[in-house]
Amino acid sequence: MAVEIDIDHVARLARLALTDEEKTQLRSQLALILEHAAKVSEVAADDVPPTAYAIPRANVYREDTPEPSIPQAEALANAPEREDGRFKVPRIVEADR
Amino acid sequence: MTDALCDLTGGELATKIAGGEISATEVVESSLERIEAVDDEIHAFLTRTPEVALERAAELDAHRGTGAPQHAVAGIPLALKDVLATMGIRTTCGSLILENYLPPYESTAWARLSGHGGVLAGKTNCDEFAMGSSNENSAYGPVRNPWDLERVPGGSSGGSAAAVAAGEVVWALGTDTGGSVRQPASLCGVVGLKPTYGLVSRYGLIAFASSLDTVGTLTRSVRDAAVMLGAIAGKDHRDATSLDEDVPDYLAGLEGGVDGLRVGVVAEAFGEGVEPAVRDSVRASVDRLADLGASVGEATLPHAEYTLSAYYLIAPSEASSNLARYDGVRYGFRAEGGTDSIDMMFRTRGEGFGPEVKRRIMLGTYALSAGYYDAYYGQAQKVRTLIIRDYEKAFADFDVLVSPTSPTTAFRLGEKVDDPMAMYLNDIFTIPANLAGVPAISVPCGLDDASLPIGLQLTAPVLGEQVLFRAAHALERDLGLVLRPPVLAGV
Repeated sequence: MAVEIDIDHVARLARLALTDEEKTQLRSQLALILEHAAKVSEVAADDVPPTAYAIPRANVYREDTPEPSIPQAEALANAPEREDGRFKVPRIVEADR
Repeated sequence: MTDALCDLTGGELATKIAGGEISATEVVESSLERIEAVDDEIHAFLTRTPEVALERAAELDAHRGTGAPQHAVAGIPLALKDVLATMGIRTTCGSLILENYLPPYESTAWARLSGHGGVLAGKTNCDEFAMGSSNENSAYGPVRNPWDLERVPGGSSGGSAAAVAAGEVVWALGTDTGGSVRQPASLCGVVGLKPTYGLVSRYGLIAFASSLDTVGTLTRSVRDAAVMLGAIAGKDHRDATSLDEDVPDYLAGLEGGVDGLRVGVVAEAFGEGVEPAVRDSVRASVDRLADLGASVGEATLPHAEYTLSAYYLIAPSEASSNLARYDGVRYGFRAEGGTDSIDMMFRTRGEGFGPEVKRRIMLGTYALSAGYYDAYYGQAQKVRTLIIRDYEKAFADFDVLVSPTSPTTAFRLGEKVDDPMAMYLNDIFTIPANLAGVPAISVPCGLDDASLPIGLQLTAPVLGEQVLFRAAHALERDLGLVLRPPVLAGV
């Protein structure tokens, strides 16, 4: 089963800028990997329940005791750009593209 | 060619330190000298922390002078794979996108070791975001195998494995999502433990595939692995998947031997693609276990052939979600020239991630996208159930399972770098334990014709670490291998 992948669409979903060369390479590599991966449907029958975590936990709570939060200066320390105690980003209204 | 202090095991050093024969400072100096001597060739470290290490050692020596008892890890130099957060110490994940990241918090595993007196010598090189089996996916250049500098150390915890093999540190932490502790341990001739999922907190382990990620140990003896696990295991309220279990004394029963132990040899793990030397060495080790009194039979994991398929859907899917956080806003690299915030994010991720990480993000994004989720991710999760059932059946008949850790010994740098499927096949025997959450350990069992180490993998049921250690220790003692890689000939 050859897998046709709309690389531009997937890259858009993943917010990844890719070069044309990368796209060409990924198109063939992903098709190959997915062809192999599709083998899972050979044995995944309807009556087999899915497993998300091998050792399931449910409703895990900790004691509801207040702990100090990360100080603002530390939270901002790794930011590429910051201003007035906030993360600074380029304008958020999308340019035409 | 005499052993330096840094060539001893943690157990040997702890005895000498406790007896006042040597100081923590002497041990740490020995380790730092070794790093200076060999790491320009091996490139196991991305960040070295000699000042911090010596300062900590001096504190511990002063403290010991007061007569207070110390933990078995106190004063012993260690390394951490660079995906484990260290407060104020650069943590890159082997990626350009976190080149200058200084975590504002400590990973729990490291915090516990540090609290017991563990001494950090540095952060080790790894495949970018722990994605890889050769360490060639590091943005900072590959690690070289101390047994042959033209060969890979395995991955993704290649730096940790190589550093322990070459005596740069006494032991190290790695992480294992599909074999990333056990496979490099096998290729570098050291002991690699992947504990039960959830036994060691993932807090501060920078996430790759959350349902599979485990913190593991790289050591030069099985006993050292037991000591390390005892120091880092146990409930942590900061990780909701951490198990609420009492941590046993992993050293108790270590010497119990394998008399009467039911050992299952995994039938599927000796077929095509397994090098003859690997097959023969593992088979010979199984014979040793039988001679020691184990009852050996053939075990089967019928769905083994589907593990790689399931893994390469589940792990990339989880990765594509986890790595969405690298957007150039709160931390990490930001690309120049973005016309708006969204454009900045596209560029940042395009420039900041390497080829393998992009491949897996794309794969995972596709597998989770509308119209494909059920066919890929949903089906892979069902296969996961089948693999868990395979183990349940096998462990009804056997206490531990045996297979090779890796189908091959260390391969040459560049050999598989352009063929993702060939690279992924390295992990064919290690991935099932991650999918099922069970513990597994790789122990050295011999050398091939080129004097490259071979690893044997033992797997136990959930929380079966004690039987794993007992069997691995018995084999290690019986084989009595002396593993000194050639890179140390000149030191």
